[in-house]
Amino acid sequence: MIEILSNLEYGPLLLSFKLAFITTMILFILALPLAWYLSQTKSRIKPILEAITALPIVLPPSVIGFYLLWALSINSPIGVFFEETFGIKLVFNFTGVVIASCFYSLPFMVQPLQSGFQSINKNMLEASYIAGKSKTETLLKVALPNIKPALITAIIVTFAHTVGEFGVVLMVGGSIPGETKVAAVAIYEFVEIIDYQSAHVYSAIMLIISFIVLLSVYIFNQKYNKKFAGFQR
Amino acid sequence: MIEINIKKELHGSIGIMNLDVDLKIKTKDFVALTGLSGSGKTTLLRSLAGLEKAEGIVKVDNEIWQDEKTFLPVQKRKIGFVFQDYALFPNMTILENLLFVNKNKKLSQKLLEMTDLSELKDRLPNSLSGGQKQRVSLCRAMMNKPKLLLMDEPLSALDPAMRLKLQNEILQLHEEFETTTIMVSHDPSEIYKLSNRVIVLKDGKVKDDGIAKNILLKTNGSAKFSFDGKILDIIKVDVIYVAIIAIGQQLVEVTISSSEAKDLKVGQEVVVSTKAFAPSIK
Repeated sequence: MIEILSNLEYGPLLLSFKLAFITTMILFILALPLAWYLSQTKSRIKPILEAITALPIVLPPSVIGFYLLWALSINSPIGVFFEETFGIKLVFNFTGVVIASCFYSLPFMVQPLQSGFQSINKNMLEASYIAGKSKTETLLKVALPNIKPALITAIIVTFAHTVGEFGVVLMVGGSIPGETKVAAVAIYEFVEIIDYQSAHVYSAIMLIISFIVLLSVYIFNQKYNKKFAGFQR
Repeated sequence: MIEINIKKELHGSIGIMNLDVDLKIKTKDFVALTGLSGSGKTTLLRSLAGLEKAEGIVKVDNEIWQDEKTFLPVQKRKIGFVFQDYALFPNMTILENLLFVNKNKKLSQKLLEMTDLSELKDRLPNSLSGGQKQRVSLCRAMMNKPKLLLMDEPLSALDPAMRLKLQNEILQLHEEFETTTIMVSHDPSEIYKLSNRVIVLKDGKVKDDGIAKNILLKTNGSAKFSFDGKILDIIKVDVIYVAIIAIGQQLVEVTISSSEAKDLKVGQEVVVSTKAFAPSIK
């Protein structure tokens, strides 16, 4: 057993976590203002933005992957712009996979944050405005600290969802070791070459980590709710 | 002096209603705003705060908060607002709740002392009772050194004993800081005790305006007692009729004639008054 584990190539697994970490950080920064805006606005474009945000949940990863592959490659103006201006290629490398992951996991960051913000007592936010605080300051000092369960859920689920990404990475990144060959892609290849032992080990590791991550989220949320709902009178 | 002249279309449960209020309020006044629910009290308060947009003019001590050209955002208006549900920041201690508004430590200390909260200053709001929370909310509103203090049914979620205590503290704070105050309230004893002017709103318009004694005492002519009530039932007993009427939490029986019994309906709002005897108080 130990021999099997020590002989295994851990590169793809580490790459998965690196990708998930970077994606989660980028998404948190991008999704925070979007989720805050969606929770506060009464604008008519809100449903449109919400629908676009939720698209990655319902679209097959191959569809997202296909469009991104097209958009980021030199077949599209975006790909041409990055290639000519910065000399960066956006497909079949790590950068491309990060961009693809951000699209793929966007709803998992936005939706918990948005519903967290919507559950906040409106009077509390107004009390902050009355105290002379701007919307941004209210977001950072009042709204965000009071939606900790939603915040933890958003971050962890985004991370876990990105670790579990397969189709989009395969389409946009292919399977380049050290660049785009993440754990899920590696498992697929193990099965293709009938290396069931490695596939088993990899799958088991993914399963155990995912379970532990989700379990800790739910335990945290239960404890938090007890602490802050318990004293209400 | 606070000059208010605002109009706003409201979409309530009974359809469209127009809030149309023209008022002048003297500095240091304590105004009680009352009226049935849906009469526009909260909207008026929120419009003054800048939390909602209404058409018209709001002028406070010659400073324009709102007119045709300008609309001062809520952040720039010097107001204090006390919500019925306290709206404290659960992630901050009591002291932090106060200092979030204004870093003035001296003022926070003074306010906490005046309201007996000094010992609780490092606690989180969720570990406090309702009365304590509302005192914190009151202190937090005062931290802004408001030119206008707005309170939206601040005491209606509290039990009667706690109400009495908080009424005294509100009075004490008003005497100390002399802040012009508008308070929404449904409680006549509270209004009588705290306010020097009562404004009654009905369907978005000012229906009554004056001192509490004139507005709230409902007796007229030689009547000694007069109460608003609601007929719950009309029962025929032999040749007479008895109406069961709910007055506040109390039920009373009133004998009525058969012709009255025909005119009155169950569910009708009535005024019950008497003048024949001298009341005794025990």
